[in-house]
Amino acid sequence: MSIMKRISLIFRSKANKALDRAEDPRETLDYSYQKQIELLTKVRRGVADVATSRKRVELQTTQLQRQSDKLTQQAQQALSMGREDLAREALTRKSGLTAQLQGLQEQQAQLQGEEEKLTLASQRLQAKVEAFRTRKETIKATYTAAEAQTRINEAFSGISEEMGDVGMAVQRAEDKTAQMQARAGAIDELIASGALDDATQLGGGDDIARELQAMSSQNDVEAELAALKAGNSGQQGALESGDATPTSEETTRQTHEEGSA
Amino acid sequence: MIVRILEEGQWEVADDRLADLNRLDDEVEAAVEAGDEEVFARSMAALLDAVRSAGTPLPVDALKDSDLILPPADATLEEVRDLLTDEGLIPG
Repeated sequence: MSIMKRISLIFRSKANKALDRAEDPRETLDYSYQKQIELLTKVRRGVADVATSRKRVELQTTQLQRQSDKLTQQAQQALSMGREDLAREALTRKSGLTAQLQGLQEQQAQLQGEEEKLTLASQRLQAKVEAFRTRKETIKATYTAAEAQTRINEAFSGISEEMGDVGMAVQRAEDKTAQMQARAGAIDELIASGALDDATQLGGGDDIARELQAMSSQNDVEAELAALKAGNSGQQGALESGDATPTSEETTRQTHEEGSA
Repeated sequence: MIVRILEEGQWEVADDRLADLNRLDDEVEAAVEAGDEEVFARSMAALLDAVRSAGTPLPVDALKDSDLILPPADATLEEVRDLLTDEGLIPG
């Protein structure tokens, strides 16, 4: 049987099971309405939870970005003092942070998506719960035992299915968010422990992936180093062509002497 | 005919489109059985697109059962398999 058909049968059998529980048909209506309100509360709480996770990841992104900017500045500074080795070290650390930052940005986008999806789910459910409440009140007002069961069964059309859908959406969002929270927790710990200062230790994956990453990091580092050098020599040239540069020349000479000593 | 895409909503789809949908559905089903992630992702996206483009969205406050229900757009092959075996995915 087709996938579409099988899933709809499974939903229907769940809905029927839920219907069988109550004895007085009118109680079924109230019982279901109560369940709907509970689910509505749950999905709204889900939205809030996902938003909290997203904000946490945003905060981490800001922290790592700041650290990364700092390392760029340090590299610039190191190079201007003629300490290419230090500049290289700073850029290597920065390249480790860049990988972390990319991961965080992906998570942020994912959480944003979950948040929007759950918000829409809660709006859809709310509209349907409202419609159900109206229908429920009409049925109760004009209730006759003879027609009760049919009308009440009809009253559940759509709403049980929507509840199954939304219930599942909340469950999936919770699972995904929990995974991301675990990762976010790990990053918080790393930030707190200062381990990210030495981000070179962080790469995961297999040996080849690590090696490839090391190579690409190396290329990034060389490329950025070359760019910084080009920028610095440009500046240097501009300064030297001016007339007020003896201090700058002296500093350069000093650092060179220190470096070779 | 009413078709629901989980986590997205419901569409009213003309009955004469059913043959098209069934053909795409068969592809998804075969991919799920074969465990072929790549074909699964492609055929599932095609099936959902077919519903969205062939159908008219139902009003958000409509209370109607669907004739057919499709997995969420971002469902993995594994999740669809669980959905079909009635394990865990639909709470309650």
